[in-house]
Amino acid sequence: MTTTTAAPPPPVTARHTAAGRAPVRSVHRRWTEHGLVFVAPFLLLYAMFLLWPLVSGVGMSLTSENITGTGGEFVGLANYAEAVRDPDVWSSLWNTVWFTVLSTVPLVLVGLGLALLSHQLRVVQWLWRLSWFAPFLLPSGVVCLLFAQMIFPSGFGLADQTLAAAGLEPGIGWLSEERYAMLSIVATTVWWTVGFNFLLYLAALQAIPVHLHEAAELDGAGAWHRLLHITLPMLRRTTALVVVLQVLASLKIFDQVYIMTGGGPDESTRPILQYVYQQGFTGYRIGYASAVSYLFFALILIVSLVRPALSRRRAEEAAK
Amino acid sequence: MHPSLPTRRRALAGGIGAALGGAATLGALSGCAAPSATAGPGQTRLRFWHLFGGGDGVNMQGMLDDFRARHTDVALEAVTLQWGAPYYTKLGMAGAGGRAPELAVLHLARLAGFAPGRLLDPFDLDLLADLGVREQDFPPDIWRRGRMAGGQYAVPLDTHPMVLYYQTDVCEKAGLMAGGRLKPIVGADQFADALRAAKKATGLPGLVTETLGPDCITPWRLFATFYAQTGGKVLSDDGRRLALDDTKALRVLTYMARLAEEGLMVRRVDYGASVGVFNGGKTAFHLNGEWEISTFRTAGIPFSMTRVPALFGGAGAQADCHAFVLPHQAGRGGAANLAAHTLVAWMLRNSVAWAEGGHVPAYLPVLRDPAYLALKPQSEYRDVIDDVALDEPAWFAGSASRMWIELGAVFSGVLTGSRSPRGALTEAKARLRNLLDTRNPLPGVAS
Repeated sequence: MTTTTAAPPPPVTARHTAAGRAPVRSVHRRWTEHGLVFVAPFLLLYAMFLLWPLVSGVGMSLTSENITGTGGEFVGLANYAEAVRDPDVWSSLWNTVWFTVLSTVPLVLVGLGLALLSHQLRVVQWLWRLSWFAPFLLPSGVVCLLFAQMIFPSGFGLADQTLAAAGLEPGIGWLSEERYAMLSIVATTVWWTVGFNFLLYLAALQAIPVHLHEAAELDGAGAWHRLLHITLPMLRRTTALVVVLQVLASLKIFDQVYIMTGGGPDESTRPILQYVYQQGFTGYRIGYASAVSYLFFALILIVSLVRPALSRRRAEEAAK
Repeated sequence: MHPSLPTRRRALAGGIGAALGGAATLGALSGCAAPSATAGPGQTRLRFWHLFGGGDGVNMQGMLDDFRARHTDVALEAVTLQWGAPYYTKLGMAGAGGRAPELAVLHLARLAGFAPGRLLDPFDLDLLADLGVREQDFPPDIWRRGRMAGGQYAVPLDTHPMVLYYQTDVCEKAGLMAGGRLKPIVGADQFADALRAAKKATGLPGLVTETLGPDCITPWRLFATFYAQTGGKVLSDDGRRLALDDTKALRVLTYMARLAEEGLMVRRVDYGASVGVFNGGKTAFHLNGEWEISTFRTAGIPFSMTRVPALFGGAGAQADCHAFVLPHQAGRGGAANLAAHTLVAWMLRNSVAWAEGGHVPAYLPVLRDPAYLALKPQSEYRDVIDDVALDEPAWFAGSASRMWIELGAVFSGVLTGSRSPRGALTEAKARLRNLLDTRNPLPGVAS
């Protein structure tokens, strides 16, 4: 704002003078109008490909519509009632939540750790940043095939070879045994996406004023104290953001499971989105698949509304 | 075989040419005809969708090229799509729009779920007969499976049963061979004995077959094969009720669990690895569909193939059939439809080339063709065509169907040891009931 007022006033047009408004406000108004023109294409696409499907999906979830777009009789809430009773909905929902829990914690902590490390390491900083962020640039298909075919194959993959080199027994079904499959997918996901959280944390770290640390150091605070009492508190807002973004991203898991285990073994890794896909595309039941996805949408909505509510309460408490 | 055929064929070739030419002109005149950008002047555009990759894809490509060379009046566009659910999704949506390709391939056991009469059009049997293909040229059971509500919606090309591959060297060493062939194995105990002998000879499990992995279906094929041999049915004949016989199913599942527990089969192996293990040359037996013949041929291992032995009484083997179907077109008919029928008849009569990929041709005259009989080991198991066990007609059954994938996962647990036979049976029945309770999402004349 200060820069706008300090800037030379824009050329005064007839319209401005006629309106008798202060130049700054006109500038503001004109920006809005131009902005609308600029965002119109986006708004149109947004309406066509997001808002409209969102609404028509609700309608579809109340019918017995199939994949060929025919046979859509109105069935009321029958699909929802079936979904609530369907044990596969609950088991795949549980798999999704379990993956979210298992992946969010390391993704936040490792991201933070790497950012702290990279912030400290003053030499060849670009190399750390590049190497930690680079996996994020790869498409999910590449990452998943890489892990499924080179790292996790039982007996001859890198993981088993490493175990063998350490004198341990290889032959673990990383992707084919229930107790390892989900963990293997989590490990893949952490390697692949931690770079994004790392980047957010690094930016936040760099925004902490140096004088805070200097002042604390003068007062005799050691590195550990400064981390606990300056760095981490200053990162609180970023952490909240990272956690929410991460939870939302993890809830949407599909690619890794679809490519690496297909939801197996014995459907122990199948997330809810894959169940929706199976019902809709393998089972042709678009109506039912829509109902299941709206139940899931409701869950995501709740999660994304919880954070603003929490931070608002915290802000109110702080204000008291 | 068909004394009158050559003349009829010649007559037809002329006839088709004239008809195609006429229709092409008509198509150009009427504005709503399918675009025929790639069809040359006087040519009829024929679009054919199939799902054959690997060795099958190479064979199919060769046959189509052959057809093209002999039918210059047809502009044939063949599209290979990804096998499984993606293929069926695309085919269904194309049919629903009424702008589907002229011809496509479908697994016969999936027909009931594929909305015959709505997504599929019936064949013109008179036209097929004129082209030399009649009902009596097929095994009755398989032909009948293509029939729904008075219309012939599918014409079978082949059957692809589960077969027993065996390493001739290993079996020789284990004393299981006689006269260059595997000695007959009858009964579950004899098979277990053979596996023990093979294990003794090599120190490795005697049998390998897919037991786990994404969308793993071999455990289902294995169960379906053995269970069919007991004379049991999974569903009632009309595919509407559960007909699983607990005693028979439990006998089969217990046997499957025993083979794995006793170390007679490789316990934890996915599809690719199971083929790899057999390719390694030390494991005596491999149970799988016959289509992997090309892989083992290429590897050059000493192997042969035979029917799955009768372990539980009967001689059945789980199977499905590749069949031709006519996806629904709003204005089916005319030259394009004639060309589709011509291709079907041509492929059937020339299916010796197709049999090279291991499949047993469904067109009976080919089964008696010396060229086919000379194919070894393909012709060794040809009589299986009379005993194949297709899934009962239900919308959720057939290749790559929900039933296969869900029950494959359940029976996988029996082989890997994570489910007891009894637990697996309970779970399988629960899942089948669930599928039976779900309304067919693509109802056609069959439902």
